[in-house]
Amino acid sequence: MAGYQIVVLGSIVPDPLQTLEPVSTPQGPALKNEAMLPHVLDPWAGHALYEAAALAARVPGSKVTLLSLGPKAKLQQVMMAVGQKVPFELSALDGPAGGFTDAHEVAARLAEAVGRLPGLDRSRLLLFGGWESASRGAGATLQMVGERLAIVDQFFGVDALAVQEGGGLQILERVEGGKHQVSVCAGPPAVLGWATGSLPEPKNNPQIGMANMRGVMPALQKAAAAPVGTGGVRFESVAVPKVARETRIVKDMSPEDIARELLAWIGQD
Amino acid sequence: MDTVLLLSCTEPDGSLPRAALEALSAARAAGGPVVAGLLGQRTGPAAAQLAAAGVARVLSAEAEALAEPRYGTDAAAATALARASGATVVVAPALSRLARVAAGVAQRLGGRIDTHVTQLSAEGGLQVTRWYYRQRIEARLSRAERPWVLLVDPGAFPAASPGAAVPAQVEQVPVELGPELQRTRVTGLRAPTSGEQTIRPDARLLFVAGAGWTKKQADGQAHPERAGELILGFLRASGASLGTSKSLTDQAGEGQKVLEFMSHLNQVGQTGSTPRHPRGLSTCCHGEEPHVVGWRFIRERRAVNLDPGCGWARGKADVLYVADAFQVVERLSALLSAKS
Repeated sequence: MAGYQIVVLGSIVPDPLQTLEPVSTPQGPALKNEAMLPHVLDPWAGHALYEAAALAARVPGSKVTLLSLGPKAKLQQVMMAVGQKVPFELSALDGPAGGFTDAHEVAARLAEAVGRLPGLDRSRLLLFGGWESASRGAGATLQMVGERLAIVDQFFGVDALAVQEGGGLQILERVEGGKHQVSVCAGPPAVLGWATGSLPEPKNNPQIGMANMRGVMPALQKAAAAPVGTGGVRFESVAVPKVARETRIVKDMSPEDIARELLAWIGQD
Repeated sequence: MDTVLLLSCTEPDGSLPRAALEALSAARAAGGPVVAGLLGQRTGPAAAQLAAAGVARVLSAEAEALAEPRYGTDAAAATALARASGATVVVAPALSRLARVAAGVAQRLGGRIDTHVTQLSAEGGLQVTRWYYRQRIEARLSRAERPWVLLVDPGAFPAASPGAAVPAQVEQVPVELGPELQRTRVTGLRAPTSGEQTIRPDARLLFVAGAGWTKKQADGQAHPERAGELILGFLRASGASLGTSKSLTDQAGEGQKVLEFMSHLNQVGQTGSTPRHPRGLSTCCHGEEPHVVGWRFIRERRAVNLDPGCGWARGKADVLYVADAFQVVERLSALLSAKS
């Protein structure tokens, strides 16, 4: 076994702590001051990247490539932080990363880019990504990329991957009721859409950062333009719900009385 | 007018999942004639349920290979059903089995997909409502492309009521399920390692435990063991489902001594779930994520924490009790136990 070629598809999203407000643009809906908002690597894609790095460390000869579609300048900012975490090679596409773009168009660009990766070997290919993003949140892009690459072993909501003797991949996927479905795939190629996995965010490592940065800047410089739009979608309305509740603040009630009030509330039909 | 396919898998016993009856209501809201497509090892009981609910035409992809929920065989069967139906709109419940394949099926059909659909309307053309940016922005949209695959969130539509039982007219749809589609074997289901079922999607109450449960208490000490006893005791007494904040599950991943039965599966919010329950009670929780994203679809909300100015409980919860959650939950569990 020569190791895996792990390609992680992951883009950037506004920092979850930012207030988001939609605006209309000629290209469709967007976020107010989107270019000014601080961005982070999509959280689920981040889990996928950390799991990919952990797998590559366990299986000699493996390599991790992060393929990211986003505005070049924003990608550069985010990669300065992400590049400190785990070793990877960046492949970048320069285009919009907003949530209102169409998953179908994004998948087409990403599949083309995967197909162009130098030395791509399908028999070693594991396509990783988040099972959803924190922007569009559709959980559709990765599946469609897999389809375009004719990969018929796909897994979503993945929390664990173990390589078995003989090369089989044991995969745990989230299913209903807080359970995991356990599957064994014969081996690559396969698509894995990660949920949270089980690894904490790695600590910053300056040595990894130095090594990654040698490849990140050239990758960003040669990032091909990838214009993606909203496809045939017509947005009738896009809004932030304005519902603010009138909160009753209860300060001087004993724990016993609070418990009785909650008991009555829980028991209501 | 669109022709609508209700696409569903069946349970291991051949019956229809409840979420499929909800998706049937959504399919009817699309306005066109509804055809049903079922995939599974057995589909007869589900076909009868659909016929009783008023669906006149049922297509079935029934095969031994469809006993296992896996991408290769499920995507092939779903695609065959969609093609056989001639539908321009495909509505499916967002069950894990169908969510795994729906986008791939849309790709094979040359169509498009939208997921997490929460409303559907046929007035002025088919329009759907869904959320963006983790339930922060809501959009209503229509599409020019067809076929249009729509994955409907469970709990967003009322379940269609079955009427008087009538014989189902079932058309079998042949599907090629060769060995190249069966490289994956499903070996079973695994429950949480704690052995305690804490996620209950059908529960009337979501109990959200925040990171405050593991922080220092009034005596200057942290009491995670006591917190665990109280939370599990409340869950047993109330039958509630357990949610938690990212900060608490991250502590567990970082090896700190925290609540051992907590996992990322319990997490609500940005990288967790956005569950649907009629009521939610948050305790020791001060973050934005559980209150804004995790609670988006919780109708009645109450909170217990020690900070009367908690910016995320105020305006998000109906009632904020400023109190020690350790004491409140202990007494509440006692009252629930005495009542049962």
